[in-house]
Amino acid sequence: MTTHHRCWVYGDNVNTDMIFPGRHTYTLSVPEDIAAHALEDLDTTFAASVRPGDVIVAGWNWGCGSSREQAVTALKYAGIDVIIAASFGRIYFRNCINQGVLPIVCPELHTLVNTGDRLALDRRAGTITAQEQIFAIPPLSPTVQAILDAGGLLSLLQHRFKGDSYP
Amino acid sequence: MTGRTFAEKALARAAGVPDARAGDTLDVTPDLVFSHDNSAAIRRIFEQTGAPRILHPERVAIMLDHAVPAPTTRHAQNHAEIREWVREQAVAHFFEAGRGICHQVISEEGLVLPGETVLGADSHSTHAGWLGAFGAGVGRTEMAALWATGEIWLRVPEAIQITVTGTPPPTVTAKDISLRILGELGADGGLYTSIEFAGNTIITLPLDERATIPNMMAEAGAKNAYLPPDQVVFDYVQARQTRVFSPIYPDPDAEYAQRYEFEVSGLEPQIALPHQPDNVVPISDVAGEVVHQAFLGTCTNGRITDLRAAAEVLHGQHVQCRLIVIPASAQILQQAVQEGLISILLEAGAMIGTPGCGPCMGNHMGIPAPNEATISSANRNYWGRMGTPSAPVYLGNPYVVAASAVTGRITDPRELLA
Repeated sequence: MTTHHRCWVYGDNVNTDMIFPGRHTYTLSVPEDIAAHALEDLDTTFAASVRPGDVIVAGWNWGCGSSREQAVTALKYAGIDVIIAASFGRIYFRNCINQGVLPIVCPELHTLVNTGDRLALDRRAGTITAQEQIFAIPPLSPTVQAILDAGGLLSLLQHRFKGDSYP
Repeated sequence: MTGRTFAEKALARAAGVPDARAGDTLDVTPDLVFSHDNSAAIRRIFEQTGAPRILHPERVAIMLDHAVPAPTTRHAQNHAEIREWVREQAVAHFFEAGRGICHQVISEEGLVLPGETVLGADSHSTHAGWLGAFGAGVGRTEMAALWATGEIWLRVPEAIQITVTGTPPPTVTAKDISLRILGELGADGGLYTSIEFAGNTIITLPLDERATIPNMMAEAGAKNAYLPPDQVVFDYVQARQTRVFSPIYPDPDAEYAQRYEFEVSGLEPQIALPHQPDNVVPISDVAGEVVHQAFLGTCTNGRITDLRAAAEVLHGQHVQCRLIVIPASAQILQQAVQEGLISILLEAGAMIGTPGCGPCMGNHMGIPAPNEATISSANRNYWGRMGTPSAPVYLGNPYVVAASAVTGRITDPRELLA
């Protein structure tokens, strides 16, 4: 199934302080409050204008820096469930998986699209279509895919300890 | 058959399998997991999992270090929830506010030994490589999973070998070597990799100074970083722990994705300019820039060798800008008192703070005003890192931080020590 998404495009080495400032890490815990500060030091228009289903398209090393999970959850609570970057900070990549946010490595896309452009995503076929070009989504390892399929690591743990079914 | 890297051997051991190669995904049982002020948030995730209790409380360490003593009611509430959790779950290794920074404390307490694997809910967990251990950072949900199950999946990383040779000149330290490497590799030059060090330089550095190197490799995107342990390391850990350990060394014919060589004999002090740790220049390119605040401390450079360096520069001098000194642990502070270093620093006009992370990530204890510049011994200088978006942060070694405090400008310490 193909889904269509509006893009928010950012550059290289956007660190976790830019995505969710350290000054808020021990004072905010409500999802809506966390989402309200997403990207506030990089793009003041984002938190007010982002819509569910939008995607982030970024350059190299998106999410480098701190291990803070709010740098993923702030975007997730704002309605982002796919992030496409040329590469990811390694802890950030893991945090995406664990939060059920799909991280897609695509080195070229950030050079082709601008904020506000639209792209098409076909998760089953594993493709992104943008500006009339098609990009393959690299497959994830079975371990990682299982966490994503469960909707994140917490859901997987709930299944294991409480017998909950996946959402 | 080619040899194995440190990371391949260390993760095979931690997974209980005979062999592993880069690219393998393993279920790893770490020897220790640790978290800090984020432990209350991890607790809230844990409580949603349905897991009955922390499976191995004897392998869990929690320390309060990121905002200590609590600067606000909310921070205090956060700490209170953590203390309650520690009691309830009988967490074996709990360290109160003021004991020190997590990476320093697990080292001092003998909770990490050569060849072991430790995972921390902190991105600078690469630090543990200073003792020849595998240290990597994880997120909060992963730490909750580690509490619940004792294990986690890790992909065995490809490795980079960095050979450092030569003798750094006086006032040129492990910090400068680290910054020089970061400048060369870039912020993603070590992404997903194990950075494994070799060469004759590192064993000549004071033991505590070595820790700066694996700590800062997090800024190149590394999963872990490794210094080969020598007798000095064994003496250090044996003074703290009787647990059996077995050091791990990479094979001479291990496969490295890349190899770099750095000759540091002619190196001058290095500075990371705002707003990235890999934005590195020699100090001569930036000397004279005005700074309003100098900060000596953090897991990167808050140890006794760092305080001695600052005292050497500050002896008989007086600062012209605010100087905040925060030892990385209570033990270091105690030693600095005994050596008379704290007196020298106070006489020079320094403020001394409670051991912990201090103003490094903008929680408290030295947040700059808008547009005020800070010279810091920390590891990150991101936009807004110290709590004020428009306040630029320069990174340098402890001699540079002290010398810059004396003049109020970024200053080559050799000018004051000549």
